[in-house]
Amino acid sequence: MEIAAKIKNTNGMTKTIEKISGAEILVRSLIQEDVDTMFGYIGGAIMPVYDALYDYQDEMKQYMSRHEQGAMHSAQAYARISKKPGVCFTTSGPGATNVITGLADAYLDSTPMVVITGQVASGLLGTDAFQETNMVGLSMPVTKWNFQITRADEIAEVLAKAFYIARSGRPGPVLIDITKDAQIALADYEYKKCEGVRSYQPVPKVNQSEIEAAAAIINGAKKPLLLAGQGISLSGAEKELMEFVEKTQVPVACTLLGLSSFPTDHPLYVGMLGMHGNYGPNMNTNECDVLIAVGMRFDDRVTGDTAKYAKQAKIIHIDIDRSEHNKNIIVDVPVLADAKQALTELNKLVSGQEKAEWMKSFKDYYQLEFDKVIKKQAYADKENINMAEVIRLLSEQTNGEAILCTDVGQHQMTSARYYEFKRPNTQITSGGLGTMGFGLPAAIGAQIADMDATVVSVSGDGGFQMTLQELAVIKQYNLPVKTIVLNNSFLGMVRQWQDLFFEQRFSNTQLENPDFVKIVDGYGIKGKRVSRREDLDAAIKEMLETPGAFFLEVVVETECNVMPMIAPGAAVSDMRLE
Amino acid sequence: MKEYTITVFSENDIGLLNEVTIVFSRRKINIESLTVSESEVKGVSRYTIVAFMDEKRVENVVRQIEKIIGVFKAFFFEADEIVHQEVALFKIANSPKLNGNLEALMRSKNAKILTVHPDFLVIEKVGYKAENQDLFNELEQFGVLQFARSGRVAVSCQQKEFTSYLKELSN
Repeated sequence: MEIAAKIKNTNGMTKTIEKISGAEILVRSLIQEDVDTMFGYIGGAIMPVYDALYDYQDEMKQYMSRHEQGAMHSAQAYARISKKPGVCFTTSGPGATNVITGLADAYLDSTPMVVITGQVASGLLGTDAFQETNMVGLSMPVTKWNFQITRADEIAEVLAKAFYIARSGRPGPVLIDITKDAQIALADYEYKKCEGVRSYQPVPKVNQSEIEAAAAIINGAKKPLLLAGQGISLSGAEKELMEFVEKTQVPVACTLLGLSSFPTDHPLYVGMLGMHGNYGPNMNTNECDVLIAVGMRFDDRVTGDTAKYAKQAKIIHIDIDRSEHNKNIIVDVPVLADAKQALTELNKLVSGQEKAEWMKSFKDYYQLEFDKVIKKQAYADKENINMAEVIRLLSEQTNGEAILCTDVGQHQMTSARYYEFKRPNTQITSGGLGTMGFGLPAAIGAQIADMDATVVSVSGDGGFQMTLQELAVIKQYNLPVKTIVLNNSFLGMVRQWQDLFFEQRFSNTQLENPDFVKIVDGYGIKGKRVSRREDLDAAIKEMLETPGAFFLEVVVETECNVMPMIAPGAAVSDMRLE
Repeated sequence: MKEYTITVFSENDIGLLNEVTIVFSRRKINIESLTVSESEVKGVSRYTIVAFMDEKRVENVVRQIEKIIGVFKAFFFEADEIVHQEVALFKIANSPKLNGNLEALMRSKNAKILTVHPDFLVIEKVGYKAENQDLFNELEQFGVLQFARSGRVAVSCQQKEFTSYLKELSN
């Protein structure tokens, strides 16, 4: 086997005089795209690339996961915090198929990624060779773009295109499959950034007549409601959103992925949308006269029954992706634009008065929700600890300024409901795909993207066990990740559905769990278990104040449902409080 | 459910056809016919796809096709918005009983004989699917050895020509 060693040359990273290996072209191309951190897992068909990386340890921090799915979720969170495409390498076959969940997750949640999978040598393609899988075919439905490279001289150009596509427009994951012979072969190297793809218009030109039509409706609104989605954070439109809201006095509700794009302590913030969101914004979706949706896609978890969704309202939908307009909800004014551009243009045209009575209706709904739900959950007085108490205390002790990475289920909804986000872009969760096992590796990626931040991973006992092998990464790279497991010995959200919709037939949801603290100890990470309310505050404090990584298991009430809730198929205004 | 003709313009790249058909298959929509070949612009493929769809879904499907990197534009049409045809080839055994009978049929159906071999002859007919089917039914009396039909090809009545979109895109 030839070794793809680094060629010494003085021409920098964009060009070499002599031919270099495909593997080195790949590494140099990544450096040209400002990649200084990558995730992955080595294996046979990607070995030449890892061999080239050996010579680039100063330029490229390399994090090795313990499972490719973990590497993907870490790279996803890294991308979301750093606002750069997440880069992940794996080998062919099983290494490659293990990235599918992460790709699907990133695709649904619009996360920019460049994922590079090794492939068997080009002469073996299609022969069912050892560790050959058709990755282009497999990844097609879950990537924004994909490509198979079979020649070293294609690498630089394809990589440039991959990064351009991943990060532009509505971001998304790109998969590049590289045959082993293309990694080894020598080729001329010259790097040119991609400046466009002729069939692809990432950022639509703002249509002024759409903006004017939207502004006219907004300015005439008496009971408007703005729905902020992840598009705000993806386009960096937090300031523009604030300006819009203060000018128009429109109340703001966030989708799950929109959380943290508007401060929760702002007087015009009215809460989270959706199945387990806040009561006011859901009820008032069917009371408002104008609904302004920005960078969100009317997911079924937000809309409930679409036939009974905001029928009374004029709907304005700002989205960069034309295929989202009129997909789930037929709207009055679709605005095809980047959220930041659209809000910038709208801010020139909009104004509005304080809407005291309308705002009071949100306050009244909140009071009702507080009395019937929040008081009982976040300030519980029953014997066992409630998940909501843990999140409320965590929020207080971190002043709402931590990066919160959550998994999927009851703890996720509870975190979204009770963590009071104060800083933009500080919630990382699996929204569209709802991937159990996302939280812990995501926290690793988030921490690597921001080593100074307090990064807290919150998982349930079910999801934690899907990727807990990634604890080894926390230890190996000395990452100060704080991990909380809210242990109710159940798959809580499924148990909740069985309780409410399956006549309490708790099929396959009860877990006999291992001793988590012992497992974590085995990985060399400090850990603690609490089950009594009086110990909780101090334990969270200890977790946050202990330098380095810390694991906190909180034993929580089993028979507790996340409320309020819009039952599947019900209207948003049929949200139940108990 | 209504019959729609969908026209797609894309790069001539490996895998794009697969990407386009995934948009249909994930929504469990069957493709009745599909024709792909080079359009009036070199290197750009034109797809003509016929499928039955809910009126509410057709625009979503077309927008999702347009979203694919490599696809320039996609359009959808109802039957009265296009002019369309299919080509059918019939191979029938050559025999003395064809004499006279076949020629009259060819004339009345506006079909033509492409080639005559000692053993067989090949007839071509361009028309609507139903017309080609009708000719097949008529030819069966002579014994049809093979019947091959293309998918639909169509041009639209009212459509900004694709070349002008391509110009806009490259500007």
